[in-house]
Amino acid sequence: LAPWIPVVGLEIHAQISSNSKLFSGSQVQFAAPPNSLVSFFDASLPGTLPVLNRRCVEAAVMTGLALNCSINKKSLFDRKHYFYADLPAGYQITQQRVPIAVNGRLSYSLCIDNKMSQMVTKTVRIKQIQLEQDSGKSLHDDTRSQTLVDLNRAGVGLMEVVMEPDMCCGEEAAAAVRELQLILQTLGSSQAVMAEGQLRVDANVSVHHPGEPYGVRTEVKNINSIRFLAKAVDYEIQRQIEELENGGIILNETRAFDSKLGCTVPMRDKEGKQDYRFMPEPNLPPLILYDAKSLPANMNHQQVINIDWIHERLPDLPSVKREKLVEQYGILPEHSFTLLSEDGLAEFFESVVKQTQMKPKKVIGWILNDLLSYLKEHSLTVKESPVSSFLLADLLNLLEKKEISSTAAKQVLAELWKGEGKTPLEIVKEQKLELLQDQKELEQICQAVIDGQENE
Amino acid sequence: QKVSVDVLDHLEHLALVDFRDSEGVERLQKAIQFADQLQEVNTDGVEPMDSVLEDRCLYLREDDVTEGNCTKELLENAREKVEEYFVAPPGNIPLPKLEERETFLQGS
Repeated sequence: LAPWIPVVGLEIHAQISSNSKLFSGSQVQFAAPPNSLVSFFDASLPGTLPVLNRRCVEAAVMTGLALNCSINKKSLFDRKHYFYADLPAGYQITQQRVPIAVNGRLSYSLCIDNKMSQMVTKTVRIKQIQLEQDSGKSLHDDTRSQTLVDLNRAGVGLMEVVMEPDMCCGEEAAAAVRELQLILQTLGSSQAVMAEGQLRVDANVSVHHPGEPYGVRTEVKNINSIRFLAKAVDYEIQRQIEELENGGIILNETRAFDSKLGCTVPMRDKEGKQDYRFMPEPNLPPLILYDAKSLPANMNHQQVINIDWIHERLPDLPSVKREKLVEQYGILPEHSFTLLSEDGLAEFFESVVKQTQMKPKKVIGWILNDLLSYLKEHSLTVKESPVSSFLLADLLNLLEKKEISSTAAKQVLAELWKGEGKTPLEIVKEQKLELLQDQKELEQICQAVIDGQENE
Repeated sequence: QKVSVDVLDHLEHLALVDFRDSEGVERLQKAIQFADQLQEVNTDGVEPMDSVLEDRCLYLREDDVTEGNCTKELLENAREKVEEYFVAPPGNIPLPKLEERETFLQGS
């Protein structure tokens, strides 16, 4: 049987972290009474016009720069038409012709063979990033055969990030999205929490034989977590291979991932090819961005977005942070990955290192093995840790000064988790865990044990 | 050049327009002919203009919350509502297929 090459591309929608919406002044907030965060424009009432939110443009520029894109100094807005109850205008304002950023790349890392010790770096090309409106939310009430519509989300700013089909499996797709998520959170351009719908991923999957043209692709939607993304992609690859090997064909269709059954099913509402009748958005002039060279002299400061100014103020991206941690503390690359994957863990580690004489290479073991596993067991975030960096450093100092053994240290830590306010030294004294250094005292104890044995 | 029945059907689906009778279809064809005159102009090397606003400045708004909180007003126009939600049919109601419709196009 000839081998199959799976091809996976991704379309990712990230909700922009902003106070107000992309084209209107209504608030952006996750949970609120239905239709309370809706302006006349969001409800598509006649006589309203879109007004572009500066913060949303800045978020898109930051993201484009972080993903090594070319920022288009002139980008355009278009209308994408389709009918759906949660799209009151009957069209979405997007950037189909000339988006704000193009031709970038994202590097991500994978563990080979599930061993953390062997990591490879891969790259996926970013085709483009475009600004567009989010739609409202539909709640399907099948019992009464109706749909309830909440427009709170309608008009919220989105960045659509299109990743070229450079990935080949669920693991790669998941790793790429995870890295993108970390980048967005570091930039602050999106909080990118999938569970709250701030990051939505659609996968495009196809398979072909080496040397042959790409196969027909399907689009997979309704993926609600990074874990499910990997499952959905791998399932779809397998399904297509099996279908083709059994002499079937692949339809160019949209399928939904069913997380309970772990499979993809055709989506009924997306029958037939859509004709979106793209047209330029007549109410919005082109979006012009500037850099240090092209900065106009006489324009109002507030009306000007300077790409170079934004570039200079980009924070350290995760990949840079990891390199710095490895270089500064001599820890392993895979350690740096784990440190950055938990919110606040890297800062906790650095704080402990500052307060203890123990070498960072030893501290990292306590952070990743003891602290992190405890937090995971009890579903706590680093911020919620009952053991502060101060307390842990205090404990590690006792160990470093050889006042207690490593085993005793673990015992003290177990006691510290209870969060009863005792210091490590107090616990050591309470449980008599001090290491005896006195030679004579040790000899006496050993002799007593031997004597005890002889008497039996 | 006549507009084919397939194209007319496609347009009716996309825009939910009913061309109604032969006069309506005739008017559409005349409109297309009128617009086709644009093809007579030589536009080689000329950048298309897609908006008369192309030289205008796109105004950028500060990221402040200035609108919203008008649920009652918005729902005033709704024919049906359920606890401050708008009510819509369960899904898009597809336009019946050409064969099932009682429109002029059927007789074309």
